Amino acid sequence: MADADETSKQAERNTNVGDGIAVKKQDIARAKNEGKELTKDEKQRLRKEKKQQKKNKKDDKGESEHENVPLPPSQAVVQCQSQKVCTSEKPAKSKAEQRAERRARQEADRAAKGKKGESAQQPPSGKSKAPPNELQPVVKRLPEHVQVDDPAAVRKLAKKLERQQIPVRSEYGYKVSLFSHLHQYSRKAPLTQQISIPSTVIHPYIVRLGLQYSQGIVAGSNARSIALLHAFQKVIQDYKTPPNEELSRDLVNKLKPYISYLNQCRPLSASMGNAIKYVKKEISNIPCLCKEEEAKKQLLSCIDNYIKEKITLAATTISAYAIEKISNGDVILVYGCSSLVNHILCDAFDKKRKFSVIVVDSRPRLEGREALRRLVKKGICCTYVLISAVSYILPEVSKVFLGAHALLANGYVMSRVGTSQIALVAKAYNVPVLVCCETYKFCERVQTDSFVSNELDDPDDLMVTRKGKIHLENWQDIRQLGLLNLVYDVTPPDFVDLVITDLGMIPCTSVPVVLRVKNVDQ
Amino acid sequence: MELQAVLMAAGGGSRMMELTYNTHKPLLPVGNKPLIWYPLNLLERVGFEEVIIITTKDVQKMLTPDRLKLDGKMKLDVVCIQLEGEMGTADALRHVQQKIKTDVLVLSCDLITDVALHEVVDLFRAHNASMAMLMSKLHEFTETVPGQKGKKKAGEQRDFVGVDATGQRLLFMANEADLEDGLTIRKSIMCKHPSMRIRTGLLDAHLYCLKRCVVDFLVENKNISSIRGELIPYLVRKQFSKSVNLPNNKDEVEMSQKMEGQTNLEILGSCKDEELLRLTQERSCWNDHHGDMSEAYHGGKVRCYVHIMEDGVCYRVNTLAAYIEANRMVSAGVGADSIIGASCQISDKTSIKRSTVGASSTVREKVKITNSILMNGVTVEEGCNIQGSVICSNAVIGRNADIKYCLVGSSQRIEPDGECLTVTQNAGIHLHYVYGCLFICVKTHSTPHSSAVSRVCCVHVCVRQRVAG
Repeated sequence: MADADETSKQAERNTNVGDGIAVKKQDIARAKNEGKELTKDEKQRLRKEKKQQKKNKKDDKGESEHENVPLPPSQAVVQCQSQKVCTSEKPAKSKAEQRAERRARQEADRAAKGKKGESAQQPPSGKSKAPPNELQPVVKRLPEHVQVDDPAAVRKLAKKLERQQIPVRSEYGYKVSLFSHLHQYSRKAPLTQQISIPSTVIHPYIVRLGLQYSQGIVAGSNARSIALLHAFQKVIQDYKTPPNEELSRDLVNKLKPYISYLNQCRPLSASMGNAIKYVKKEISNIPCLCKEEEAKKQLLSCIDNYIKEKITLAATTISAYAIEKISNGDVILVYGCSSLVNHILCDAFDKKRKFSVIVVDSRPRLEGREALRRLVKKGICCTYVLISAVSYILPEVSKVFLGAHALLANGYVMSRVGTSQIALVAKAYNVPVLVCCETYKFCERVQTDSFVSNELDDPDDLMVTRKGKIHLENWQDIRQLGLLNLVYDVTPPDFVDLVITDLGMIPCTSVPVVLRVKNVDQ
Repeated sequence: MELQAVLMAAGGGSRMMELTYNTHKPLLPVGNKPLIWYPLNLLERVGFEEVIIITTKDVQKMLTPDRLKLDGKMKLDVVCIQLEGEMGTADALRHVQQKIKTDVLVLSCDLITDVALHEVVDLFRAHNASMAMLMSKLHEFTETVPGQKGKKKAGEQRDFVGVDATGQRLLFMANEADLEDGLTIRKSIMCKHPSMRIRTGLLDAHLYCLKRCVVDFLVENKNISSIRGELIPYLVRKQFSKSVNLPNNKDEVEMSQKMEGQTNLEILGSCKDEELLRLTQERSCWNDHHGDMSEAYHGGKVRCYVHIMEDGVCYRVNTLAAYIEANRMVSAGVGADSIIGASCQISDKTSIKRSTVGASSTVREKVKITNSILMNGVTVEEGCNIQGSVICSNAVIGRNADIKYCLVGSSQRIEPDGECLTVTQNAGIHLHYVYGCLFICVKTHSTPHSSAVSRVCCVHVCVRQRVAG
């Protein structure tokens, strides 16, 4: 290795930039092959070279920035660019160069320490396929529901469904290119078309539930979770352990095709995912010597407790916290129909707070109408606007209460599409934004944009009938036209001032702490 | 199990006695398959593995799988009932109540349809409905029916069906016969559903999905005897009747039941309604209607839905015209112009167009058969010309007979050189008269060609009696 060092040093001294780059490339290649150990050697060599080359050989100094890098090519690219910058600035700025060198050294150190964490740093983006990194053998696997444009993933899913005897739902319509990696189904082609009518493979309650999901009869994070747990209760009640099987293992296997089926009907929400995890854990914790009847009773009571604790009592707690934030004379803005926010407002009204509400709504779902109905029925003064008028109405608003579909691990709030816009405009007007969310909706996913992981609803919902004429009726015939009906979007934590959960009022960035605490508890 | 299928095959076919006096309605051949094959095939295609068939003893003997030509392995559970007096469909359902453990799908044996059954059942499942039914657009029968003069009159009483704006919720149902002075619609219905479409050109396919508690209700209320005539209108009306204040504990339930005498459907149904379902509905941001202050379904527990088929095949073979139309449609459906049954012997120079020839039939030379239906075992001698007719099983048509728009009964003989045309209809109305009328060309007269005779001849061949002269 010493020989190699010497030859390289000589090479550097004797060559100009062009050759130097070639040499650096050799070095980099060598560095890659030999792995971590070279880093320290490289650093030492670099220091020696700098001492020797302190004269105005800017090229050499520029090149030296290359030497210390057994870094991934992405960072190497960055380095190349910085080198180019340096070489273009031919007049010697020694201090700047030194600083650059120091920076380079620091990055090398950091890279050496953070090599293991690098795979986590790479953004889990569906579209970008990170260049295969020989130093990072662990590549995170993407969930299949964001890989619809990859035929291998689709085939894998089809095989899995075939094994579980669940029919595959066919995609519908032209997908906008940015979202072609997501599923898009038509409400007029339900999955029940492809299964036998007295369904034998799938429990009838699950078939009914899937149908209600896909037609939107059960909508909203809490409602879907409660309905799911109710269906699971029915499944457990009707379950009979086959001979030579254990309930704790077999029941979990029985639930898997049902979950696939529900996923096909409508992608599972984060709250449903957590509920399923809980149920599976409870089932596998059943002691093997337990009799079937007892085990079933225990499971049913577990599910009841979960609903009572995580949904009903949580709502009461959140409502108690939130009422402190509602003062007399407030004008509160809500968006869409969130069962939790409605509950909070109704409770506050019962406790004799005087406030008025502005309900903001958006097409095509127009869920705000339902929220409006419930609030007005209670007796609360309400105003109803569409989202296009939000910046007009915001000067009158004193607080914004938003519901959430899920809270992500990096503090982003995933909610109905349009929420991020409301939060943005509220921020611009300096109106406090409070998000209300139960802890069972916290999920460990990380997302920074609304493209990667989202849900596409039926594009035909965007067709509207006015005066007997259906606009966009033949949208499929126009090749260049695509209809996009997104369901969710993510709001960055900078726009959210407070999150009210059943554990208390926390800032958005404390979500990972809550998750950690929850995991420790379990 | 989710749904059990019950097939009603005990009906007598009272509107087409000409065909059913000898052959039972479920076994009438349509496109060379017994009529009961079609609903059974529908159930099998969709995935049913068991069917309960309610029928009479005579039919039960014939219901063996090879006779029925069923491909799959559907299990048929045949239940016999005595046809004493008028046993309605609801009575039949009450009869098999012990076998029914889940929600039930009731079919009639004379239904020929290619509906996507999941459309009806999905309405039933998704909205947790008490009843879901199938209706179809009424087809006008254009073919001349043998034995009837001219076009068929709209003698059938119309059904007035009221549906809401989505076209799925059934709000109102009444038959023209029950409406004396006009249509009366309760104000409560209009308050809840301000936009209602009333349709009259619909055919009830007699396919109903009923909840288990409705069957239990039937058991308690023995005065309901017909599903179509009494139960369905009752359920539709019950959607909007003033709901009883549902008591919370069981003692009150029993007391109120005793006070009312008749068991309340709502109480039967609501006990099953669970806390979690109510919670789900409360948290869900969905409503089936907009514009008023009530919750989804207006808080009603009884809901009736209907799926209306706009296009597709749906026939109820309970009249002669429907029978002929069904035959025509089946052969068109198969793709062929005509359907020839198994073991037929068809000689040369015959022309068979748009017809159905039953199994084991013999057709000799130079026969022209157009637009006709020949059932099993028919023998047609040479030179015959059969047009627009229905020849029932085991009939013999003599040489050179010319038969136009006639209905030849079972095991009858048409003499050679017989000619019959239909002009008058008189036979269909009164049962006695059918049996009493004479087919003039039969043996008693020797000059079958006389024009006076052929003009006025009646169509029906009498069964047992022969009136001399």
